[in-house]
Amino acid sequence: MDRIPILKFGNALLVTIQVDMHDRLATALEEDLTSKIVEANAKGVLIDISALEIVDSFIGRMLDNIAAVSRILDADTVVVGMRPAVAITLVELGLSLTGVKTALNVERGMALIQARLRTSDLDDDDEE
Amino acid sequence: MTTKSERLDIRSSDDVVRVRQLVRTMAIAVGLSLVDQTKIITAASELARNALDYGGGGFVLAEQVDMVGRRGVRLTFEDRGPGIADIDAALKDGFTTGKGMGLGLGGARRLSNEFSIHSKPGEGTKIVIARWK
Repeated sequence: MDRIPILKFGNALLVTIQVDMHDRLATALEEDLTSKIVEANAKGVLIDISALEIVDSFIGRMLDNIAAVSRILDADTVVVGMRPAVAITLVELGLSLTGVKTALNVERGMALIQARLRTSDLDDDDEE
Repeated sequence: MTTKSERLDIRSSDDVVRVRQLVRTMAIAVGLSLVDQTKIITAASELARNALDYGGGGFVLAEQVDMVGRRGVRLTFEDRGPGIADIDAALKDGFTTGKGMGLGLGGARRLSNEFSIHSKPGEGTKIVIARWK
């Protein structure tokens, strides 16, 4: 079965969804990301959905789940690049993705993750 | 007159993707705006998945309506599943008998200009939606 590639970028993981995902592919991504967060000791997950023409309730739930699981594993999830038409449709569908952090593009998303990492580094220094 | 119609079986999650692609092609062909395209494709995705998950599979009849004064896409989803006992309850957000979030049916109605549903327990479900330009 096809898999969506997960790239390691410093201590963050980067996923770019470039295909129209069927449900099994979305479920596989959720599982792959979870194990990769642990394996790579990742502190952030960046999911680029700028190529997605729609986000329905299944993909929305996948994004919510990934954010919830990564939070438990001490990693931040940021969803970036949502198209305006997709955002309008999601709200009308009734999905507000309350558990998911979003940013306009990859750069800003990465900045969010790095900012959080710097803060936690400072916390670590305080403890020393 | 309907200028083009196509029937697709819905038997796997790959078919749900095919339904989205067919609806996209038709929505673009009749000139729906980007937001309207996104809405009807999303509604189609929800209803195709419902037919698969709750109706045990079914089919969609997609019609590209291209008449003077009326252009748009009309979709008829049919399954021979267990049917819906309480349609009003099923249309409410958060109602689900399965693993979903219960947004599919109500969400699909909000995303469409026209929405009708016929269902009888034991006989299946038929849902017609349309999005007009």
